[in-house]
Amino acid sequence: MSAGPATPAVALRGLRKSFGAVEAVAGVDLEIADGEFFAMLGPSGSGKTTVLRMIAGFEPPTAGTVLLSGRDVTRLAPFERDVNTVFQDYALFPHLTVRQNVEYGLRVRKVGRAERRARADEALRDVRLDGLGDRRPAALSGGQRQRVALARALVVRPKVLLLDEPLGALDLKLREQMQVELKALQREVGITFVFVTHDQEEALTMSDRVAVFTEGRIAQVGTPAEVYERPATPFVAGFVGTSNLLSGDAARVVLGRDGTFSVRPEKIRLDGPAASAEETAAAGRIAEVVYAGATTRFVVDLDAGARLVVMQQNLTTSSADVAALRGTPVRLAWRTEHAVAVPDPVVPTPRDKESAHAYR
Amino acid sequence: MTLSRSARWLLRGAMALGLAFIYLPLAVVLINSFNADRTFAWPPAHWTMQWWARAGDNAGAREALWMSVKAGLGATAIALLLGSLVAFAVQRYRFFGRGAVSLLVVLPIALPGIVTGIALDTAFRSVLAPLGIGKGLFSVIVGHATFCVVVVYNNVLARLRRSGGNLQEASADLGADGWQTFRYVTFPVLRSALLAGALLAFGLSFDEIIVTTFTAGPGVQTLPIWIFSNLFRPNQAPVINVVAAVLIVASVVPIYLAQRISDTATGGRL
Repeated sequence: MSAGPATPAVALRGLRKSFGAVEAVAGVDLEIADGEFFAMLGPSGSGKTTVLRMIAGFEPPTAGTVLLSGRDVTRLAPFERDVNTVFQDYALFPHLTVRQNVEYGLRVRKVGRAERRARADEALRDVRLDGLGDRRPAALSGGQRQRVALARALVVRPKVLLLDEPLGALDLKLREQMQVELKALQREVGITFVFVTHDQEEALTMSDRVAVFTEGRIAQVGTPAEVYERPATPFVAGFVGTSNLLSGDAARVVLGRDGTFSVRPEKIRLDGPAASAEETAAAGRIAEVVYAGATTRFVVDLDAGARLVVMQQNLTTSSADVAALRGTPVRLAWRTEHAVAVPDPVVPTPRDKESAHAYR
Repeated sequence: MTLSRSARWLLRGAMALGLAFIYLPLAVVLINSFNADRTFAWPPAHWTMQWWARAGDNAGAREALWMSVKAGLGATAIALLLGSLVAFAVQRYRFFGRGAVSLLVVLPIALPGIVTGIALDTAFRSVLAPLGIGKGLFSVIVGHATFCVVVVYNNVLARLRRSGGNLQEASADLGADGWQTFRYVTFPVLRSALLAGALLAFGLSFDEIIVTTFTAGPGVQTLPIWIFSNLFRPNQAPVINVVAAVLIVASVVPIYLAQRISDTATGGRL
């Protein structure tokens, strides 16, 4: 294989990894294009971090191959691969200053002192840490350490940057800020970013494409819009966004069709005008009202037997008004095309926590 | 937590009393080493340096001191090597019997010295002597190493646990080979833990008397043993005070340094 423009930056073929009797990764095939911002999304234990570690070279695969720009690196050590990692806990060297941390990759490559220093300072400027080069990592805040880890990995100009839950340890405000900055940084440096996260919002907002992992396999790969609007399995429907599924009798009564269907909460209107020809309507009763500032979530028990979550922007309503709606009968309406058929049969997955999470 | 005024004073008093009970006798030994009176009349009426001069001239004490230094250095060297190797194995790898190894390595420091002493004595006399390894300085070093390994092991293991296992991964990820990782990351991160462990090990070895009694070969007399055998000779008493004073200083300094090192090292950790 030759490295042309069409050669993916990362290609995984039949990748498997077993730890004893546990199969953490059970056959993953994936291609990540050059310059892509790619997210590997999934709950803990779904194998996404193990895949990342196999790309980095920390774990040898049980089977399958890892190709970087078309070159088989499956048997190569981490230091022989043109990828760098931002670790979840940053793994900064505590005995070195911030600048020495950033210089490290250049130092072991025997880059001269002057160039090393210039490139480290430039990398620190890129992550807006100029002036902190002489500090120790222990004297930095969590967000600053995260930036040091980024600068340290980027200074050696890898082909691919791997990020393991890069924002997991930061608080909400900082996380949102770093989401924007990471995206801007990636555009600037033009390096392929592959990041692992369990946060579906993070995956949707930051990445060009998302792979949703479950039980060691990829359930779906696509753009955020594809994954969100057209979930390929009930698991994806539930993990990426709120699981609003109609199946069995409920699907037959409401939609007049057999199968499992997903309707996103924000697509549903509550007590709108009578349904037009393009719309589907269903009657029910409001079981729960969750006021969330900008929006309100209504949990509605349909007369046909399913439970749907409806999200409404609080354009005219306030918390006092919506709370009074609990227990009242409603009519729901959504555009028929927004009820998306979900191919697989509904299998009971331990996703109850995720749907509870959506009611918050 | 807030305490009432009286409770605070009570606790301070108890603290002072406890510390005084430990350290006043030591202070008396230090002062008496300058006491001109041969029977140590208290309070000292006259001061003298003659006991220090006599101790310095005492060949037995000097040889014993040198012997103790050799034993301490030997035991510390063995402890550094074995202790850090075991700590690495226990921290990095999952293997059968890992818990047992961890316990067996730590156990000697809890075992009564007399048991260790008797066991080593038997081993050297009935098993190793016929093979040509009799009791001598070497047996003392081995005896001391059994518990010195523990302090090095504990120090290194604690540092490895705190510094996180993926510093090595991060180093390899950034392009460093195994030797570079050891030289630039692993060893510098462990350096102060090794130093602290070594100082503690040396301190432990330096004042050991029970295991030494059982493992020392003929002609091998460490400083504590020398003190013990001269303790009840009336005309040696002033010299003993001097030697004891030297021992106090010699043990306080390494322990103090070891504590300082581990404090600064942990204070600056990630």
